[in-house]
Amino acid sequence: MPTRRGFLTTAGALAAHDHAHAQDHDHEHEHQAAPSDLTLRVKALESLLVEKGLVDPAALDALIDTFEHKVGPRNGARVVARAWVDPAYKKLLLTDAAAAIAKLGYKSGQGEHIVVLENHPKTHNLVVCTLCSCYPWAVLGLPPVWYKSAPYRSRAVIDPRGVLREFGLDVPADVEVRVWDSTAELRYLVLPERPAGSEQLSEEQLAALVTRDAMVGVAKVKLPQTGDAA
Amino acid sequence: MNGVHDMGGMQGMGRVRYEKNEPVFHARWEGRVFALNRAMSAWRKWNLDASRHQIELIPPAEYLRMSYYEKWNARLVELLVKSGLVTRAEIESGKPAQGSPKATPKLTVSGISSLLAPANPERPKAKAHPRFKVGQRVRARNMHPAGHTRLPLYARGKRGKIVRDHGIFVFPDTNAHFLGEKPQHLYSVRFTARELWGEQAAPRDSVYVDIWDDYLERA
Repeated sequence: MPTRRGFLTTAGALAAHDHAHAQDHDHEHEHQAAPSDLTLRVKALESLLVEKGLVDPAALDALIDTFEHKVGPRNGARVVARAWVDPAYKKLLLTDAAAAIAKLGYKSGQGEHIVVLENHPKTHNLVVCTLCSCYPWAVLGLPPVWYKSAPYRSRAVIDPRGVLREFGLDVPADVEVRVWDSTAELRYLVLPERPAGSEQLSEEQLAALVTRDAMVGVAKVKLPQTGDAA
Repeated sequence: MNGVHDMGGMQGMGRVRYEKNEPVFHARWEGRVFALNRAMSAWRKWNLDASRHQIELIPPAEYLRMSYYEKWNARLVELLVKSGLVTRAEIESGKPAQGSPKATPKLTVSGISSLLAPANPERPKAKAHPRFKVGQRVRARNMHPAGHTRLPLYARGKRGKIVRDHGIFVFPDTNAHFLGEKPQHLYSVRFTARELWGEQAAPRDSVYVDIWDDYLERA
């Protein structure tokens, strides 16, 4: 690992800017702060591990395929939509989320216990992992870069309303904001409010409306075309 | 340890940067690093807590500079060497040491579905008595262990209320250092935003933190 590159860095300077893409930004594009030698180093490490018989490259391919194509926020969206249309399922989801999620056949592998947090008109839930990047893989897949970034991890607990405003969500003063810091092996999934006017939609149509962001708690679920915040 | 990874409440980190239609991996090497970490953990030479702690040991300026999967790569290299699965010389040369035995991979394609375990994994079998109960007022201890811990700095010394007993879990502070699982109760503790951040915080808001028995004392 390149430990002696001598960057002068403030706490805010997350990116090294040793790449062409983000030179006009102060911070961000964490994922692209990749020196081109990382490609080579990772390739060398993989071939060493393969040569030593420690990993099977086909298993790596299958793992990547799983997390790129099979595990992701569509799974969580189906859980949410089912809860909206089926009160018994919702009750199970809120009391024994693992059982409810297993009913739809979803698995993860981060060794997690899932807890579902229901949003109400006067309660808004927001999920963060201040210490690392814990996230409910089984229902949301791997977390986006912003969720793992210093700005989100640092501010979600001290200034949740400011963070939510940056996501375009202005939470009124009479709504209680509850922030859930995932410090242990519990994984939190937000059950967003079903949008008004969605009574005619099928479970499948509802699932299509549910976003990853709404299930982390940084957005609300909206009907298409309305565009305005619920 | 009081490291830069313990970010809750820090200021000056800038705005949250959002990427629309973000891919799962931004480059091929990111996916490979992710998969290598998963595949190598199947050797069970380290545990989840040790693996998290290894990332915390990245020097602070590097931690802030590195991308997420760059940290995963650095972590994996250190764990491989520490565990003896690979030597530093092998990493540097990219070649297995002469005469080193060839292993059989632990994780195979057919093993992936079992790796994707049911969402509710087994808890430690050992029994432990809860020292606190739901509704009780507690204080997170003012403690500063130099090793791994999952009690965030911002909660230490603060008073909260137990809202849920999650049951028995492995204790990260010992498990990360291979000093045993020390199974104990884990609770969801509610802190008011004002207890944590003072008058600047919104009066109704709160932060819920999952806290192990050993991190708590009576308030």
